[in-house]
Amino acid sequence: MPEEIKGLGTVKQYKGAFALEPQGHIVGGKLRAGKPHSDKIVRSIEQAIEASGLKDGMTISFHHHFRNGDYVLNMVLEAIAKKGIKGLTLAPSSLNDSDTLIRMIEMGVVTAIETSGARGKLGRVITSGKLSKPMIVRSHGGRARAIECGDLHIDVAFIGAPCCDKYGNINGVNGKSACGTMGYAMVDAAAADCVVAVTDNLVEHPIFPISIPMTQVDYIVEVDAIGDPKGIASGALRISRDPRELQIAEYASRVIEYSGYFNQGYSVQLGSGGASLAAAKFIKDKMLAKKITASFGVGGVTAPFVNMLEEGLLDMIYDVQDFDIPSIDSVRKNANHIEMSASYYANPHNCGAVVNNLDVVILSATEVDVDFNVNVITDSNGVIMGASGGHSDTAAGANLAIVVAPLLRGRLPMVLDQVNTIVTPGETVDVVVTERGVAVNPKRKDLIDNLKEAKLPLMEIEELQKIAYDLAGKPESVPMSDDIVGVVEYRDGSIIDVIRRPL
Amino acid sequence: MEKMRRTMMFVPGNNPGMLQNAGIYGADTIIFDVEDAVSIGEKDSARHLVAEAIRTINYPCEVAVRINHISTPYGYKDLEVILPSHPDLIRLPMAQSADEIKEIDGIITAAEEKYGFEPGSIKMMAAIETPKGLFNAQAIAEASPRMVAIAIGAEDFIANLKTTRSKDGSELVVARGHLVLAARAAGVQVIDTVFSDVNDEEGFIAEVKRIKQLGFDGKSVINPRQIGIVHDIFMPTEKEIEFSKRVLAAFKEALAKNSGVISLDGKMIDKPIVDRAERVLAYAEAAGAR
Repeated sequence: MPEEIKGLGTVKQYKGAFALEPQGHIVGGKLRAGKPHSDKIVRSIEQAIEASGLKDGMTISFHHHFRNGDYVLNMVLEAIAKKGIKGLTLAPSSLNDSDTLIRMIEMGVVTAIETSGARGKLGRVITSGKLSKPMIVRSHGGRARAIECGDLHIDVAFIGAPCCDKYGNINGVNGKSACGTMGYAMVDAAAADCVVAVTDNLVEHPIFPISIPMTQVDYIVEVDAIGDPKGIASGALRISRDPRELQIAEYASRVIEYSGYFNQGYSVQLGSGGASLAAAKFIKDKMLAKKITASFGVGGVTAPFVNMLEEGLLDMIYDVQDFDIPSIDSVRKNANHIEMSASYYANPHNCGAVVNNLDVVILSATEVDVDFNVNVITDSNGVIMGASGGHSDTAAGANLAIVVAPLLRGRLPMVLDQVNTIVTPGETVDVVVTERGVAVNPKRKDLIDNLKEAKLPLMEIEELQKIAYDLAGKPESVPMSDDIVGVVEYRDGSIIDVIRRPL
Repeated sequence: MEKMRRTMMFVPGNNPGMLQNAGIYGADTIIFDVEDAVSIGEKDSARHLVAEAIRTINYPCEVAVRINHISTPYGYKDLEVILPSHPDLIRLPMAQSADEIKEIDGIITAAEEKYGFEPGSIKMMAAIETPKGLFNAQAIAEASPRMVAIAIGAEDFIANLKTTRSKDGSELVVARGHLVLAARAAGVQVIDTVFSDVNDEEGFIAEVKRIKQLGFDGKSVINPRQIGIVHDIFMPTEKEIEFSKRVLAAFKEALAKNSGVISLDGKMIDKPIVDRAERVLAYAEAAGAR
C-alpha cells in the first residue's frame, strides 16, 4: 500500500474494521430559498443543467435503482457533452455497463469516478487506466458516510423519479418506471448543492408516499421515459435450480441453524444472487420447523423475501433497493415493508445503522483467501467486474457473516493465498461456505463449537484451499503494473486496498 | 452391514463439469454413464474422460460406470479403458442372461490380476430392461459373486411391454414385484428406475414411497435435487429408531449374559428383528450424515 497516490494524495491507511473515530460535523448542500409560487419545472435537461450552474470539474451523481433499464445517466451525460462541459467527477451509487459513459470518458467529459463498482466493457475501460485519477470504490454505507461528512461533495444530483409531483416530491413506487425504494438517491438529495428530478410521470401536487421531499429538489424535467421497465425490475426472482448453488445454500442455511443466532426474533439479510437467494428456501423451512419468526429482514429485496414477509416469517423488511416486481408491489402496499436510505442502512458514522443489529447475513464472493478476506470487485485476471455494494457494511455489522462461493469456477480455485483485491476484511467474515467444505474463521471459537453438531463438512480454510488446488492446481498470480487504477475505500473512509492495472 | 445404495446418481460421462462435481451431493453411488447419455461420436472421449476422472478425483462415495452392452461395438472397449482406473462397480445395461454377466466377470478378473487390484474388489450390477431379462433376473443376480444389485430400467422395458409410462406406475407393478423377489432370492440389492421429470417433486415423492414399500433398496436418480428427497423417505421414523435402539440394547444384554433368549417388553426378539433394527439404525445414521 503506497503512502501517496497520484490524484488522491495521502492515503488514509486501513487500521481495522472499527479503528477509525470520525471527526467533525455532518455537512450539507448549499442553502437555497424556494420562493412562494415559484415554478421548478424546466423544459429540458439542457435547461436544467444550465439552471444548476454545472461547470467543468464539478461532481455529479445518479442512483442505480433502474439497474440495467436506466436511461437517465446516458441522457444527462449526452446533454452535458453537448454543452461542452468537461472534467467531471461522476459519483453514482453504482454503475452498469454503458457505451455512452465509455464515450464520455474518451471525450474527457468524465475524468474521475467514485462509485460502488463497474461491470463489462466499462469495467475493462476503467481498469485500463483511462481516468485521470484512480476510481474510488465505496460500499453503500461508505458512500453515505462520504457524502454526509463531505469527502464526497455532490454539486448536482440528477435523480430519476418514477413519480414526481409538480413541486418536486418524489417516490419510486408509482408510474411505469417504478423501481420501489429510492434508498440510494435519498442520501444524494439531502446533501447535494443542486437536485434535478428527471421524471416520466409528472403528477399534480401533492403525492403520497414521499421518498424524497420537495424541500430538497431544485428543478424538475419531464421526459418521455426514464428507463426500460423490463430492465428496471424483472419478474419474480426465482430460486436457483443449479444443484451446486443449492448445495452451497443448504450448507449455509445449516450454518445459520446451528450458529446460536437462529432464535425467535433474529434478523437476517440475504443477497440477491444464486446461492444466497437460494438459502431463503432452506431457511424458511427451518424457521417453520422451529416455529420462529425474524424481527426484521434487510435487503436488496426479492420475491422470496417478500413471500416470507407475507407469510409472517419476517415481522418487517428494511429495504434499500428492489430487484423484482413483487418487491416493488410490496413496498408500495405493505406497511411493514419499510423504505430506508443508504445511510440508515449501513453508514458506519452515524448513531447506528440497520446493519448494526443484523444477526445473520449471507454474502456472495468472487474470491476469498486463507485470511478470510473477500474480493467482489475484480475478477481472476484483475479486471474490475463487480461492485462493493453492502458487502463490507453488512459483514462488519452482522453477528454472523457467511460468505458463499463455489470452490472452483471453471478451472480456477476461489480460495487463494491472497485475494486480488480486498473489499471486505477477513476480520469481519465468520464463515466461508463452498460446495465441498465449510470453513469457520478461527477467531470464532464459539461458532466452531456450535457447528460441530450441524453435520457439515467443516474444515480449516487451508484444507479447503488444498482441495481446490488438488483438483485444479495452484493458479499463477496475474502480473500487475505499478499503475493504480482504483482504490477500495473501506466503509470508514480509510483505504483498504488498491487496484492495479494488469500487464 | 452391506453398503447402502439408496441413491445411485447417473452422471453423463462426457461432461467434465459434472464429473468434477458429481461427488458433492451426497449420493450413495455415482454412476458415470458412457451408454445412453453419450452419443456415438463421443463414446471414445467419454470413456477416457471417465477413466481419468476416477483416477484423479477423490470421490467420497461409491463410483460406478454404466458401460455399453457387450453386444454393441463399444462394450469391450469401455471395459478395456475404464477397468485400469479401478471403478468400484460396473453396471451392465440391458442384461438378458447369466452368460453375459459371467463373461464380464471374466474380463474384470483378468483386469484385476493384470493391474494388481484386490481380487473381487470391482463389483457388478445389472439393469433389467426386457421381459426376457426379467425372467432370468435371479440367474443374472446369481451369475457372479461380484453381483451386488439388480435394477430395473423402465423406459426400454415399457417399450418392450407395448405400453406407456403412467403417473401411478401400474404398468410396472408386476415387473417391480418380480425383480424384488428375484433380488431377495439371490441375496442382492434391488434398485428402482429413474424418474425423469425432475421438476415434478410431488410425483417423485409418491414414486419413491411406493418403491420403498415394495422392498426396493434404493432408486436411480438423474438430478442432485432428487437425492435429499430419497434419503428423507428412506429415513426411518423416530419411533422405528427408538424401538431399534432398544432391540439392539436387549440383544447386547443377552449376549453379555450369554443368554440364548432375547426379550423386550416381554416379547421374544429373534434374529430377523435384530437384523432389521441394525438396518433401521444404519439408514438413520446415513440420513443424518447426508
